[in-house]
Amino acid sequence: MAKMTLEELRRLRDQKQSELQKRDIEGKDSRIVVGMGTCGIAAGAKTVLDTFLQVLDEKKIENVSVTQTGCMGLCYVEPTIEVIVPGMPDVIYGKVDAATARKIVEQHIIGKQLVTDHMFDRPAADIIKKNGGK
Amino acid sequence: MHICIDDYLLDIVQNSFEADSSQVELIVDQTEDRLNCTVRDNGKGMDAEVRKRVLDPFYTDGKKHAKRKVGLGLPFLSQACEACEGTFALHSEVGVGTTVEFSFNLAHLDAPPLGDLCATFVILLAHPLAKGFVIRRTINTVKGSGSYQLDKVELEDVLGNLTTSGTLNLLKEYVTSQEEDVRQYYVSLDLHKQKAPLSKQQEM
Repeated sequence: MAKMTLEELRRLRDQKQSELQKRDIEGKDSRIVVGMGTCGIAAGAKTVLDTFLQVLDEKKIENVSVTQTGCMGLCYVEPTIEVIVPGMPDVIYGKVDAATARKIVEQHIIGKQLVTDHMFDRPAADIIKKNGGK
Repeated sequence: MHICIDDYLLDIVQNSFEADSSQVELIVDQTEDRLNCTVRDNGKGMDAEVRKRVLDPFYTDGKKHAKRKVGLGLPFLSQACEACEGTFALHSEVGVGTTVEFSFNLAHLDAPPLGDLCATFVILLAHPLAKGFVIRRTINTVKGSGSYQLDKVELEDVLGNLTTSGTLNLLKEYVTSQEEDVRQYYVSLDLHKQKAPLSKQQEM
């Protein structure tokens, strides 16, 4: 890959944006927040965030907000992430590795079903249904 | 405990973002066998008392997590630098800012692997508390020298807010193209060289 200039980057962005306007926007208003404290980093949060970006890119989902925060207080199940999808309960997933990150995009962000075996906080146990909350 | 050098960078630069800084600078300078890094901010700084205690893993100001008894970021880093005969220095003044200068001896057996600098730079640039933030990457070896600079203000001017997946993937493409350009000057050290396959060894 040749070294890209800022001008080339700007052109690439403009091109992507016009493509985006033609498509139905999937993932709009969805948010993934990765816990990036010392505990998260030590457990592999960097790889997890990078995997989220990769998978979203593969699926051509451009509109999910991917942000980072400090430790969420669940150091024992790092890496932890919070997923916020409109119309679904906010969920904190723990013990998230690259494979789980992929599953979360496919199942939660796209499929609108909770990944129940990695949930560590919220929502309360009584609202997690057997069919994934659908 | 962190595995790669990039994990330490990620961890330590966040301290600067969280110290109410308006300007943060990360310098990553590489030679044949050394990685020299500087993290400089104009944040709130530390007084002499805190400066003395901050390398103690059992010291924390307790502000971020009220009940926590540890603060591991800087202790991890200084330990890792020490373990590979690198250097570590901390300068800080209240109201002026903090500078952390450290280096890894890449030729040392206990030096951590470099890791994924591109992913780390993208994550740091996208950090919500990073305002003015510049990464200066330079490399200078017998093979030649190269450099690039990533300026958050400049990049946001081109890409808009660095928050959505599409934008971050564009940013990653850009950062990767910059790092690829200097990668030609990397020198692989004997230490990290893989042994030749047995068939090759016999030929020799």
